[in-house]
Amino acid sequence: MSAVPHAAAGVPANPATVLREHAFTLLVWLLLLTMPYWMGVIGGYTELASRVVIMGLAAMALNFLLGFTGVLSFGHAAYFGLGAYGVAMTIKYLVPSTPLALLVGVAVATLAAVVIGGLIRKMRGVYFAMVTIAFGQVFFFITFRWNNVTGGDDGLTGWRRIPLHLGFADVPLETSDKAFYYFALAIFAACVAVMAFILRSPFGRSLIAIRENERRARFLGIPVEQHIWISFVISAFFASAAGGLYALLNNFVDPRALRWDMSGNFVIMAVLGGMRSFWGPLIGAAIFVALQDYVSSQTENWMSFIGTFFILVVLFFPRGVLGLIKRRSAK
Amino acid sequence: MSLLQVRNISKHFGRLVAVDDVSLVVQPGELRAVIGPNGAGKTTFFNLVSGFFPPTSGAIVFDGQDITRLSEHRRVEMGMARTFQITEIFPELTARENIRVAVEVAAGARLKPWLTHAAKRRVAARVDELLEMGGIAAMGDRLVGELSHGDQRATEIMMSLALNPRLLLLDEPTAGMGDQETYHVTKLIRRLHRDQKLSIVLIEHDMRVIFHLADRIMVLAEGSVLAEGTPDEIGKNEHVQAAYLGKAA
Repeated sequence: MSAVPHAAAGVPANPATVLREHAFTLLVWLLLLTMPYWMGVIGGYTELASRVVIMGLAAMALNFLLGFTGVLSFGHAAYFGLGAYGVAMTIKYLVPSTPLALLVGVAVATLAAVVIGGLIRKMRGVYFAMVTIAFGQVFFFITFRWNNVTGGDDGLTGWRRIPLHLGFADVPLETSDKAFYYFALAIFAACVAVMAFILRSPFGRSLIAIRENERRARFLGIPVEQHIWISFVISAFFASAAGGLYALLNNFVDPRALRWDMSGNFVIMAVLGGMRSFWGPLIGAAIFVALQDYVSSQTENWMSFIGTFFILVVLFFPRGVLGLIKRRSAK
Repeated sequence: MSLLQVRNISKHFGRLVAVDDVSLVVQPGELRAVIGPNGAGKTTFFNLVSGFFPPTSGAIVFDGQDITRLSEHRRVEMGMARTFQITEIFPELTARENIRVAVEVAAGARLKPWLTHAAKRRVAARVDELLEMGGIAAMGDRLVGELSHGDQRATEIMMSLALNPRLLLLDEPTAGMGDQETYHVTKLIRRLHRDQKLSIVLIEHDMRVIFHLADRIMVLAEGSVLAEGTPDEIGKNEHVQAAYLGKAA
């Protein structure tokens, strides 16, 4: 697995930087691979580790569009939530199979993103963000109102994740938190590898070009709307994979998974960690999830703490936590 | 056959007539300058030709094909490239990466998830060649946002050149430059024109640049054509002196 292209990170390619980025990538994977074993030491638990990985994937998926194409979606919870409901409803109503459920969830959400992305690909800036919220809320109200299918406000219960039957072994996803963590991490790894791969490709560079200067990209012969559309769909695809895992993690899904404040959380995570860096959103998600878990056990008003932290980061470290670390280490 | 024919185009913004019934014919290999006082409609004219927005009336024919309603990226595919008055580049990428994006688009790879090793080598070689030609090889690996104005402009011109254009539209390529940089960019343009036989239409304010470079000059004033001819003819034209130099003839 590799780091992100230096061009993508906006860093000139000198050997020391390359080395540092490889070292950083290695460190990230080491920490992820061992997380269930040290989470306990710092006061966490395995489920929390899974949450970090899943929210990290959602934030990185959003950031594919936000940080590497320069387009802000404020409605990615729609695809996250569609993935989650797709998984839950498949297991509950169709087939008791975890991988099949994930496939259905991702397929449904991606299809929705193809249609919606096609409708909104010409919009920019605030208009794009507003319309993505609006579409997100459409899906929220459908799940909220359609009681007898989605369980409405109470959420969809009465289903559990199904153990994974590989040819040579069974993975006890339903009983072992660790088994589920590594299942989630495997999917996370596959998704992240594909995203990194795309960002290093000519297509990925065209997206970064659009982020950097849409007008220039257009007059280089890039049909910007088409590329933004594809980027939107790719981004929603990975967000829906995260959503599917989220439903599996909780053995439950409710309409809050696709409400607008969930979309906002993804944006906060990406900005918090640093949206110009590949790993930034994962760091942002880790901070967000940890704060949420710790502070919410102390006070109901945990959101105001996250809000304050967010404002401080945006004011003083506009490139996010990872941006700050990078600048320090470059000096 | 002429490369570009602009036939009686006009552009209205509400009640403002920015370009009024302008026609222009550019022959292959010609370097044509468009001059005129501020607000004469030069950049609007460029935006019409390059497809930034459609004209209110009139037609544009490029290489025998009507492109009046064609999108900007189709025009690029047909061989028309442009630069902007305020340099438009990818500031947080290196000069090399800037040009690489253009080379990859020109190679038809913009949607490709990967390149073969042979294709990568071809792209890299072309990028090196363009860096060299633009005189920016030494700063290829620096962020283009950190380069001098002249080097940024050279990067932008090389990005346009990477598209293998048959017609290059340059909007005030020496705007805001010192003498040294102006000289550098002028030399570059002349080389493209003389050595590569590239057809160029250029908006310019700097008279020295124009009289040095242009085969023919079109003068715009208040949206319409005031005069058209060789540099000598334009230099002697009384209307031009009155309008452009602000002196009573």
